[in-house]
Amino acid sequence: MSKRIDVSDLNVYYGDFLAVEGVNMTIEARSVTALIGPSGCGKSTFLRTLNRMHEVIPGAYVKGKAVMDGKDLYAPHVDPVEVRRQIGMVFQRPNPFPTMSIADNVLAGVKLNNRRISRSDAADMVERSLTGANLWNEVKDRLDKPGSSLSGGQQQRLCIARAIAVQPEVLLMDEPCSALDPISTLAIEDLIHELKNDYTIVIVTHNMQQAARVSDRTGFFNIEGTGKPGHLIEMDDTTTMFSSPSQKATEDYISGRFG
Amino acid sequence: MSVAAPPVPTRTYRRLPAWAPYAVLVASLAVTAGVLTALNGFTIASMFFVSAIVYAVAITATSTAVEGRRWATDRLATTLVTFAFLLAVIPLISLLWIVIGDGVERFGPTFLTTDMVGIFGSMVEGGVAHAIVGTVYVTGIAGLISVPLGIFTAIYLVEYGRGPIKRGITLLVDVMTGIPSIVAGLFAYTMFLVIFGPAYKAALIGGIALAVLMTPYVIRSVEEMLKLVPNELREASYALGVPKWLTIVKVVLRTAVAGITSGIMIATARVIGETAPLLVTVGTIQAMNWNPFDGRIETLPVYVFRQYAQGGPAADRAWAAALTLLLIVMLLNLIGRLVSKFFSPKGGR
Repeated sequence: MSKRIDVSDLNVYYGDFLAVEGVNMTIEARSVTALIGPSGCGKSTFLRTLNRMHEVIPGAYVKGKAVMDGKDLYAPHVDPVEVRRQIGMVFQRPNPFPTMSIADNVLAGVKLNNRRISRSDAADMVERSLTGANLWNEVKDRLDKPGSSLSGGQQQRLCIARAIAVQPEVLLMDEPCSALDPISTLAIEDLIHELKNDYTIVIVTHNMQQAARVSDRTGFFNIEGTGKPGHLIEMDDTTTMFSSPSQKATEDYISGRFG
Repeated sequence: MSVAAPPVPTRTYRRLPAWAPYAVLVASLAVTAGVLTALNGFTIASMFFVSAIVYAVAITATSTAVEGRRWATDRLATTLVTFAFLLAVIPLISLLWIVIGDGVERFGPTFLTTDMVGIFGSMVEGGVAHAIVGTVYVTGIAGLISVPLGIFTAIYLVEYGRGPIKRGITLLVDVMTGIPSIVAGLFAYTMFLVIFGPAYKAALIGGIALAVLMTPYVIRSVEEMLKLVPNELREASYALGVPKWLTIVKVVLRTAVAGITSGIMIATARVIGETAPLLVTVGTIQAMNWNPFDGRIETLPVYVFRQYAQGGPAADRAWAAALTLLLIVMLLNLIGRLVSKFFSPKGGR
């Protein structure tokens, strides 16, 4: 249940402002693709275009193609809601639903869509998703407690469980560890390693060690200056990117020499 | 690695003992009382008022002398804030005191279950049953109209509206909040006058008049509550493939339901005591009218107004009816609080 995505000539706009320009990229199935780059270079913006979350912002739109499974996500008549059902997302800050219990948070994808689910199926789904997110042992005795009662790292894993409960083809992660401590970060990184057996994962991160640790392929975004659009500078296998990148800008960024 | 113990902080200033403010308060009361009596100007009100000033000056001066300027400023600010609070609470408490004190005279089960048919002059019988029914009808109709209208408008403003239309609606809502209630009454009266002719009076017209007053309050409070729902929750829902309308119903409204409920309760409490628009739209009557769509109907505020104007034993009925109204508002508030408590997002461990 994992798919590859081919992005070609993708331009991302906020109103009149061109934020990301001319992205061509292949995101391989059953692998982890990391997107790195300085703040404001458009990597999160680009990530949000992959499940059509970008257009939720008033005035924002996208030109170009992102083909998954032979179908362009941006073709006319494609329902963004359907796209999001296939491509899940985990956000920078843990955002469990505060009115729901831990179990209901996991079931949110089903319950919020008004779909019926039998009690035993629901219990299976909760256990499978929480186990998949490495959270089951910590919360199995308090599934009816509110999701906001968990620690930050647990909440983020709860959000991952919520995202994988609906069995998406692709999982997008927007700096999932930036609000977490090193221990929780390690837990999430271990989880990413396990999840890539089943899912295509795209992760945006500011932490280059993290990109090197978790990803198979890495894409480097950069921006020439404020007000200019971001570009995908280079994309290659992570080992190549971190040992012998072909672009000077990539090497400078990775080795910490800017400008 | 051994770390040197941090130096023990030493207090280089003196503090007044904890009982000092109370001592100063008692002293200022005593001194004021003495001086006022000597000047033959003693009243309870003047004593409290003057001693408040004396206390503020005395505590600040004492504190400056003993503790220094920073603590003195703190004492002065604390004193002013506390007195401001007391000043704000006094009218509230005295209002409750008078309404309850004067209201219990005639208040009771019989008062709540009888109407005013056959009550004349100095008779002490009679009650508010017909006015309670009228108030429930009129406020209920107002709520039925303005709650859905207000919630939907607020949803439009927060979730959908953009640009000039949104700004226009917001401006109109602001203007509507300031409509004098009698204008709303005349509006509803004229509207029905045009459609049904001059003879038609009904709770329905009063309900519409109150709905005109209530809707902007509902819009405003619901709008504020919806804005408080973090955008992250909407995005979390969208990312799960939940359509926008379901996100609004099941995430946004669900998260904000406690605040929405209390907003509606406040709006209801705001209009339930309106008198002027009801005088022109539903009039007044001595007997029970169970039909909200036809005929004059009595309401509690109008009842209070009429009875008080009559004076004598009727004035007692006015106070008892005022107490009834107060109890209804408190009951609504209680229900609102229970709903809030039950539905609000649960945090903590």
